Amino acid sequence: MTHWLKRFYFLLIGLFLSLPLIVVAGVSVNAKQTLAFPPQGFSLSWYGEIFTNPEWRAALVASVILATTSAALAVLIALPLSWFLWRRIAPWANIFQVLGIAPFTLPPVITALGLLTFWATTGFYGQPWTAVIGHAIFFVTLPLVTLSLGFSAIDRSFVEAAATMGANDRTIFRTVVLPLILPYLVSGYAFAFVLSLNEYIVAYMTVGFTLETLPIKIFNALRYGYTPTMASVTILFVFTAAVIFSLVAKFGDLPKLLGAMASDES
Amino acid sequence: MSGLVLNNVTKQFGAFTAVDNVHLSVPHGTFVCLLGPSGCGKTTLLRMIAGLEDPTNGTILLDGADITDVPTHKRNLGMVFQSLALFPHLSVGENIAYSLRIRGASREEQKKRVDELLTLIHLPGYGDRPVSKLSGGQRQRVAIARALALSPKIFLLDEPLSALDAKLREAMQVELRQLQQKLGITTIVVTHDQREAMTMADTVVVMNGGHIRQAASPIEIYRKPADTFVADFIGSTNLIETQVDSSGAATILGHRVQGIVLPAGAQKATISVRPEDVHLTAPGNGAIDGTVTFVRDLGGTIETFVEAGGQQIIAVSTPRERPEVTAGQAVGIALSPDVCVVLKQ
Amino acid sequence: MKREPPQSIADYGPLFFPAGMLLIFFVVPFGTMIAVSFFQRQEGGFYTPAFVFSNYERFLTAFFGGVLGFSLMLAVTVAICCVVLALPFTYLLSRLTRRLQVIWLVGLLSVLSLSEVIIGFAWSTLLSRTAGLSNLLVKIGLLEQPVALFPSFGAVLTGMVYQALPYTILVLYPAIVRLDPTLMEAARTLGSSPIRAFFNVLVPALRNTIMATLIMVFIFALGSYLLPQILGRPQHWTLSVLITDQAIYQSNMPFAAAMAVFLVLVTLGLVALTLLIGRKGEKA
Repeated sequence: MTHWLKRFYFLLIGLFLSLPLIVVAGVSVNAKQTLAFPPQGFSLSWYGEIFTNPEWRAALVASVILATTSAALAVLIALPLSWFLWRRIAPWANIFQVLGIAPFTLPPVITALGLLTFWATTGFYGQPWTAVIGHAIFFVTLPLVTLSLGFSAIDRSFVEAAATMGANDRTIFRTVVLPLILPYLVSGYAFAFVLSLNEYIVAYMTVGFTLETLPIKIFNALRYGYTPTMASVTILFVFTAAVIFSLVAKFGDLPKLLGAMASDES
Repeated sequence: MSGLVLNNVTKQFGAFTAVDNVHLSVPHGTFVCLLGPSGCGKTTLLRMIAGLEDPTNGTILLDGADITDVPTHKRNLGMVFQSLALFPHLSVGENIAYSLRIRGASREEQKKRVDELLTLIHLPGYGDRPVSKLSGGQRQRVAIARALALSPKIFLLDEPLSALDAKLREAMQVELRQLQQKLGITTIVVTHDQREAMTMADTVVVMNGGHIRQAASPIEIYRKPADTFVADFIGSTNLIETQVDSSGAATILGHRVQGIVLPAGAQKATISVRPEDVHLTAPGNGAIDGTVTFVRDLGGTIETFVEAGGQQIIAVSTPRERPEVTAGQAVGIALSPDVCVVLKQ
Repeated sequence: MKREPPQSIADYGPLFFPAGMLLIFFVVPFGTMIAVSFFQRQEGGFYTPAFVFSNYERFLTAFFGGVLGFSLMLAVTVAICCVVLALPFTYLLSRLTRRLQVIWLVGLLSVLSLSEVIIGFAWSTLLSRTAGLSNLLVKIGLLEQPVALFPSFGAVLTGMVYQALPYTILVLYPAIVRLDPTLMEAARTLGSSPIRAFFNVLVPALRNTIMATLIMVFIFALGSYLLPQILGRPQHWTLSVLITDQAIYQSNMPFAAAMAVFLVLVTLGLVALTLLIGRKGEKA
């Protein structure tokens, strides 16, 4: 009896989580420009539209560039910080760890508004590169948490062993620390990348009037004319996220990463 | 002088003194075991020699040169860690070649040396295996080979065999000693296992509470322990109180014992007598008289517990010289002066 | 290589870039925002440096009181719904094989990372007249003709629960995975049914975790900004929507900043409460 109850519950949650996406997937293959479900006819042209329609393509390119660069910047901020905290005894420096986690913990509108007032005051409001910095700061939490976890997993005797064999600090970092931290670095980058790709409010409030990222484009399309392209983009996003997280799961220890991530946040 | 010298070395962690004013000199090519209970400071001492800890006081000299402030990576030493610390992201061969690689040795050079070392540790052809696929004993040998890759001046090992099971440990002790003798390398091993120390070392350094209690050859440590701690820590022993009587001669339980000389001016002292040096005789024939309380027959050896004047004395004998005694019987205990070691107070 | 306090300026080197970035682009903007919240607004969208409390005084009107009350109520409802749904699910998830767990986790992460825009769009499609659930209901004869189920409070709530549920599960996951499995087995051997054991053993054992999770999901839901706009009517707008509205469309930065500062204070108070509960939990 309980066995069936269990299955039913999994099915229920699974359905709740997937139903909107199933409907959107259905809508995305409509033959004509309608949001009907079940779809009328079958066509993959709305997927082609993402790449052929100049507006959608521009938004896609903008989003991918933003996500690639901001995730890289987030990792560049997180790596030396977490390395320093692991390498040195400097309890006061933990304040920077807290600063790195704060933007992600607070409601996003706060980071967004803070950056808006800042860029407006400094006169850079609307510059596309400000969104890169904004996202890097907003998502630096993710690589910071995965890297701290990675560093705490490195046995210090590895480092000591390398030193006894003649390696200096720099060589140890290159030959021992970096290879061991790499899976955590990659997953931190992946998390930041996927979330940046999907982020709306920070991008909207800092560069919303000059740069159209995909989420902004979808929102604008929601207001000013529905098109099945919104649906095909949505499915593309879910697919991308699933592929990236599957890769993280394949090459890393996903349950461990999540176990530590969530416990660090709470 | 050639070799390693520690002068007045002290290490404090906050208010705790881990190593207290230690002097030690290790001549070139000797095998030294630092032996003691956990927390005695032996690992801290080893880590200071490796440069992984800075001494609070004192100096460390290697072949006459002061290396106290030389960072670890410039000390030219090899070290095997308790956890072995084999790099999980490198293969067996890459682990062994690590010190050569970071010095920019060519691939051929690395391969040649790795092959040499793999042969030395009886694991030829294992170079491409991942470390995780090795057994405990094999990892042990790889860690040793890795530490020896550059023929270092000093070879340090921190409880290297503690993770192995008893049988393998005994075999590795012999192997490690033979390897050291073959290479003639100055070797310092930290251990809490006295059997291990006795098996391998030229010099056993017994430590307790941050102090060196005695540094001597294994047989001297056993035969001539310097103090109560060493006598008690190494093997089992009888600790017997002695007094000086009015005429100035040493007495045990009121009986005068010929040949025992107490330090000048001392009124009393503790002597150590190994159980196998205690001989049982007929009552009145020995130095002291007592009563047998228990006989433990272990087959290979027989332990006889004798109560004499409120002290328990244990005699160990082989079945061949089996004393015909049973519990409750009165016996005499013969102590020849040369087996009674007067301990420092 | 010893782990020791930094000895020279060079040892601090790695800290310069991260610390600089975080100070310049998080601490300074945050400070700017606080400063602006005390500035005097000028007609035409500008503001001049001043030190006035008028921006904060505007909270006292019935309208903003209503919005604040609605935001808090919505976030509390979302938090409760999510924890009630997620708790048994996460427990069941933690008992699956590792492989199945990873598959579910990948799915949950994919949904969690979805943009609010996309979630809003997906649910508006699902609840729409042309493509949605109501067609299904018509087909099975429960409805006469298809109707749009949004905009409505139910739609906003559903969308936000959808958005926060994966988050809730992932927050609960580590605590539940580490739970001693013999706890439930012991209850079973003592004659409890699995469902009774769940409520009598598991829920009390996780009391602190559940409280902390409720607060975290509450904060998460407080940040929801687009869903109330897409799936709700103007009376369903939250503080986050209002802040953006004031900043972008009404060009009243000082007032937007004051509301944001207020939101931070509410959030920080709740984070402090979470930490307090966490600390108590460790002691217990």
